[in-house]
Amino acid sequence: MTWVLGNLPLIGNLTLQHLVFALIPVAIGLLLAIPLGWLANRTRFGRTVTINVAGLLYTIPSLAFFVLLPAILGTQILDPTNIIVALSVYTLALLVRTVADALSAVPPIVVNSATAMGYKPVRRFLAVELPLSVPVVLAGVRVATVSSISLVTVGATVGFGGLGKMFTDGFQRGITEEVIAGIVVVLVLALVIDGLLLALGRAITPWDRIAAAAGRTR
Amino acid sequence: MNYLSYLLDAAHWSGSQGIPQRLVEHLGYTALTMIIALVVGVPLGAWIGHTGRGGFLAVGLANGLRALPTLGLLILLVTLIGLGITGPLIALVILAVPPILAGTYAGVRNVDTAIVDAARGMGMRGREILFQVELPNALPLIIGGVRSSVLQVISTATIAAYVALGGLGRFIIDGLAIRDFPQMVAGSILVAALAIVADLLLAGLQKLLVSPGLQVAPAAGRRRLRAVPDPRPAAQAA
Repeated sequence: MTWVLGNLPLIGNLTLQHLVFALIPVAIGLLLAIPLGWLANRTRFGRTVTINVAGLLYTIPSLAFFVLLPAILGTQILDPTNIIVALSVYTLALLVRTVADALSAVPPIVVNSATAMGYKPVRRFLAVELPLSVPVVLAGVRVATVSSISLVTVGATVGFGGLGKMFTDGFQRGITEEVIAGIVVVLVLALVIDGLLLALGRAITPWDRIAAAAGRTR
Repeated sequence: MNYLSYLLDAAHWSGSQGIPQRLVEHLGYTALTMIIALVVGVPLGAWIGHTGRGGFLAVGLANGLRALPTLGLLILLVTLIGLGITGPLIALVILAVPPILAGTYAGVRNVDTAIVDAARGMGMRGREILFQVELPNALPLIIGGVRSSVLQVISTATIAAYVALGGLGRFIIDGLAIRDFPQMVAGSILVAALAIVADLLLAGLQKLLVSPGLQVAPAAGRRRLRAVPDPRPAAQAA
């Protein structure tokens, strides 16, 4: 514990940096996945193309992706943009399919009722279909977030910051405690953020709880 | 700067540090890991799925693994065991087993109970049911687990170059050390291509191995659904 206690400010800084690298891509990926998932859900062709392209992108190993992006985007090798773009693409690839599946699982009778009540397509999408797909989409967001938190560490091998630095630094200087502490902080971070997302999901879908309670009393 | 110069230079396509040699190393690590992971994961997953005992373990391991930083695990094992193949190999196996375990478990568990009951009714014993009914029916999900496992291993074997292992990751790490960006690009393109080709090959293998009866099932199901009168208009009218 001596190393950890002596380096708390460093761990705090790396954790903050790590959160920025891990969470901004999840937000960007989700924002892009909603319109693309909506498109994919509309036609069979769109669905086939989107799911195949997403599968292909998801196949690319992260370290290779981090290194290839400067060649594609024209950025510097250590520009944080690379890591953020790469992880956004992974999140998007994962979530576009989830969003399409979630939207197709909304009961048609609900959508039709909304249309009959006078909802125009855009408002119906935002006020009816999207909220009803929250539980499925959120499950995907949780997977994407946890993966993202874990993947940021890979960037440390080519010099990016974040908690992965505790692994490379611990390796180079032979401090096993630093490596173990790094693993523990990453795991705890993933667990805490996952718990927060779960709580957020409960808070924004109150109808689920009510339906569950009603089911019990019946 | 021409990013592809390293990849396209014939001098880098031979010798003990050439691309073919690194590719063979990468494939070797992947194959060795996958053999061990299959030997551990498939029987264990099949047993858990068949008996229904310890299912939470199979699912929990696969979920928990996502949060485990691969680089941290790799470096921890190397600092504990020392440089060489053993540490990285253990790390790779730890990462490769859970997807196979979860895939096999879910595959065996999700076999239609009517099919299993029918097999039992025909007089098949536990072992026969497992090998002739449950495992063939579970094959799509088992191969699905193997596919994500192979991708994880190819990806992590790249990072293993950081702890002085060979493989295609060497070009990325060595290129970085001497600021040779085309060399890093070459390594990255090769790794990405390897991952995509491996995934496509496994998809092809899935088509070959999985019983034709299981592969047409979704399409036939859809056709059958359309033949049945759609209950939805009636529900709307009501």
